[in-house]
Amino acid sequence: MAEYLIRNGFVYDPVLGIDGDKKDIAVKDGKIVETTALSKPTEINAAGMTVMAAGVDVHAHVAGPKVCVGRNFRPEDKLFNSTPQAGIKRMEGGFSVPTTLRTGYNYARMGYGFVMEAAMPPLFARHVHEEIRDTPIIDEAALPVFGNNWFVLEYLKNKEIENTAAYIAWLLRVTKGFGIKNVNPGGTEAWGWGMNCETVNDVVPYFEITPAEIIRGLIEANEYLGLPHCMHVHGNSLGEPGNYTVTLDTLKQAEGYTAKNDFGRDTVLHHTHLQFHSYGGTSYSSKGFESKSKEVMDYVNKQDNITFDLGVVTLDETTTMTADGPFEHHLSHMNHLKWANVDVELETAAGVVPFIYNPKSYIAGAQWAVGIELGLYAKDMMKTYITTDHPNAGPFTRYPRVIKWLMSRAAREHMLEKELKYGDSIRNTCYIGEIDRELTLFEIAQMTRAGPAKVLGLSHMFGSLRPGCEGDVAIYPYNPEAIDPSRDPELIERAFSTAQYLIKGGEMVVKEGDIVSNGSKRTFWVDCTTSENPQVQRDISEKFKRYYSVTEANYEVSGHHYVPNPYVIEVDASQ
Amino acid sequence: MAKLVTDVVCPFCGTLCDDLEVSVTDDGKKILDVYNACAIGAEKFLHSQASDRITRPRMQDEDGNWKDVSYDEAVEYTAKILADAKKPLMYGWSSTNCESQAVGTQIGEVTGAIMDNTATVCHGTTLIAVQDVGIPSCTLGEVVNRADRIVFWGCNPAHAHPRHMSRYSIYPRGFFTGKGQKSRKLVVIDPRCTDTSKLADYHLQIEQGRDYELFDAFRVAFKGEKLPDTVAGIPKKTIYEVAETMKSGRFGIIFFGMGVTQSLSKNHNIDAAISVTRDLNDYSKWSIMPMRGHYNVTGSGEVWGWLHGFPFALDLSRGFARYNPGDTTSNDLLRRDEVDAVFVLGSDPGAHFPFGSVKKIWGLPSVCIDPHITPTSAVCKLHVPVAFVGVETGGCAYRMDNVPIECRKVVEPPEGMLTDEEFLKKVLTRVKELKGA
Repeated sequence: MAEYLIRNGFVYDPVLGIDGDKKDIAVKDGKIVETTALSKPTEINAAGMTVMAAGVDVHAHVAGPKVCVGRNFRPEDKLFNSTPQAGIKRMEGGFSVPTTLRTGYNYARMGYGFVMEAAMPPLFARHVHEEIRDTPIIDEAALPVFGNNWFVLEYLKNKEIENTAAYIAWLLRVTKGFGIKNVNPGGTEAWGWGMNCETVNDVVPYFEITPAEIIRGLIEANEYLGLPHCMHVHGNSLGEPGNYTVTLDTLKQAEGYTAKNDFGRDTVLHHTHLQFHSYGGTSYSSKGFESKSKEVMDYVNKQDNITFDLGVVTLDETTTMTADGPFEHHLSHMNHLKWANVDVELETAAGVVPFIYNPKSYIAGAQWAVGIELGLYAKDMMKTYITTDHPNAGPFTRYPRVIKWLMSRAAREHMLEKELKYGDSIRNTCYIGEIDRELTLFEIAQMTRAGPAKVLGLSHMFGSLRPGCEGDVAIYPYNPEAIDPSRDPELIERAFSTAQYLIKGGEMVVKEGDIVSNGSKRTFWVDCTTSENPQVQRDISEKFKRYYSVTEANYEVSGHHYVPNPYVIEVDASQ
Repeated sequence: MAKLVTDVVCPFCGTLCDDLEVSVTDDGKKILDVYNACAIGAEKFLHSQASDRITRPRMQDEDGNWKDVSYDEAVEYTAKILADAKKPLMYGWSSTNCESQAVGTQIGEVTGAIMDNTATVCHGTTLIAVQDVGIPSCTLGEVVNRADRIVFWGCNPAHAHPRHMSRYSIYPRGFFTGKGQKSRKLVVIDPRCTDTSKLADYHLQIEQGRDYELFDAFRVAFKGEKLPDTVAGIPKKTIYEVAETMKSGRFGIIFFGMGVTQSLSKNHNIDAAISVTRDLNDYSKWSIMPMRGHYNVTGSGEVWGWLHGFPFALDLSRGFARYNPGDTTSNDLLRRDEVDAVFVLGSDPGAHFPFGSVKKIWGLPSVCIDPHITPTSAVCKLHVPVAFVGVETGGCAYRMDNVPIECRKVVEPPEGMLTDEEFLKKVLTRVKELKGA
């Protein structure tokens, strides 16, 4: 395998505490090594450029059934943006829900190396894995959804953590999943009857359990197993004005729990796309809405066992998709656009609705403000991650724009003054106008690399340029000595959109901005061993016999075809 | 002696039953019997055992005389006609696995082909309607466990999807439906009396081609507004009564078939059907699902969806993906003489396309890849028999509710026979050489 020596770049590595020092980085046999370990390296002159470990995305919807619904039912999303085959690069298409091919290429162009598919319906695991397999370059994993799963609801109702854990371990193995996703706990099961759970204390119909109990139960099961990632929650009442109290209630469920695992993770609850959950007021109008980002962050900043990602609204026409079925139904009644829904037997549901975040409307601008505010109020950037909940608040290709807004007050002022029609109302009802903070590149590296890698339990592989980590290095055409974020914010966006080089797993995949290799992507999954549990095994067989529409033997995702290049993380929870 | 293979997936219709059992000889070469399958499904397995089965590719000359050729020659011919063509049509893809569909798509990318599947003459109109208004749907297990209202509109599962009613829709006892059929009300809307309509609580014998009007009438009735005395031949009293039955359910589903997708109004019928379902969700919980025909037509739409973003009528001829039904759909292309080579895999357009289109295939360089002798193989220049997917080789297939299931290999194919995927990989390699890609 080729050896690379990346010379003279400005290196940012929060794990090693390197903050823009000029350093050489060496890659050999797919790993980062000491520069002395190289014999005949290819030299890359990174002088005047920024060097970071490749990006790690903690939450994006990039593969699986609902993503494919989004693609197939929105031909308009591909209008005028398809690009032809070029060299080894295959045809690409799509904006908010790009094809798998474009997904892989665009992440690589942004210097990303690992992406977590945020919601895998277990019954559709094969579909998720087929799409992951056909997404080039980037390593991926998927989180199966558990928060509305009948096994989980029944076990947790009886406070059977050990059984819940045994079931989770079984499901991760058969679906080749990575961790525990918990979407609208209880509410999606209620959606089976057209209902919802709007607070953490609403009782799930028939199952007689509350979202709060589900959240706590899944945290306990997660730590019982010692999984690499923590419980990953999308709380109740997403997108509703006044929902910040529900969000605080959700976050409080983590109180008293500490992380138990061998992967260096020290938090127990990850709240995703917190922007959608930090609203005050009673309506979406400028007279009825207010940002509660400060109130939410006042709580988050005091906790040491919680992480979150932003979910910044990017003011694009996009495609919303979530396992929060009732929310998508609600949304379709607000914008009257097409609505797709899939209820999945015993497990979950999903909805898909196109959405236009119109900068000429008050609420889209206010949502934008809330997302940015969360990032600016955060104290510990290792626990705060940049996402757009792709494609819900905007496509992942806007991360560089989010970085620009976070790094430059001038860019934010430009938005409020020029781009948003209701900039003044937004200043009045949100906090954005009063915040001076501008994030540094070191903090951006925490939010896009070191932090997400840590919460995913993958800090031994990703997020740092420490020798021994994967040979994933991104080089951006950004000279921190020459560029002043307050004067040239556009240069930030441009640089982070087009990595000059990306080395992935020791192989050069982006060279001078062009895709030059389809890489050798891997699918990560967690194989968790538990002690034998005949009751759970019996329950599984029973449910398949009576209630599933497939047989138990036809449920397991086999490796050869669906996961041809696996990276298995083994966890022993049998003690 | 025999051994029993269990949990076998049936590669016939979109119901994709996965509880079949097949007894095979100990050497795994011969199928002895098939259990749990419907008559059609069982026949699909047993047919693979026919002693007069074609096992080698063959070409026909202008006089219609067939001559056996080797697989290598078949690969060469196939690759050459695709590489030489300006705009080849690669049609079918519904009776094969997703692995083959993915390899076939790469061939299409290299040769600039138009890829189309059987939805083009089946549920393509549904896919267009979904692009207009979306689709609230569910998996079949949800119907088992929750549904107390079932509507079959323009379809006859008793004959076309024989195990659908017993496995998923009318009879099964599920978690919240312990009384099975007794807990469900069945509405059938069909101009004909069928074996499905005989089971119905309400059979609305609608006037042919008036589906759109009846869908709209239901939307009026849900709101309690006024209707004319009859709509589509159905008295208004019945419409109000059925509308009330639908609204009063806890969980309902509309299954629909070719009676609405390919009759007058086409996609507009489905637009209306989906709007009915949307409306019903204001009162209770409702879903709608197309009764997809081939066992993996759904899968081809998914594979093309994730690779190129469109579920059928996929035009790669300009070097990137386009989609424009009516322009990039098979019959329109054939009738306008816009394609200069035809490749068919996993479908039988010879039997299902208009005769005018079939004659065009006959006049073009053409290849048919199919285990059977079919009307399509009869009009193509080259017939390549392959192993039966789901019988002699495994692979992924998507059920009508988009649930992916992995088909099983039950027996060995006849010696020396290639699978779809193996054949296509050889063609892909050769096409890349010819195109210098």
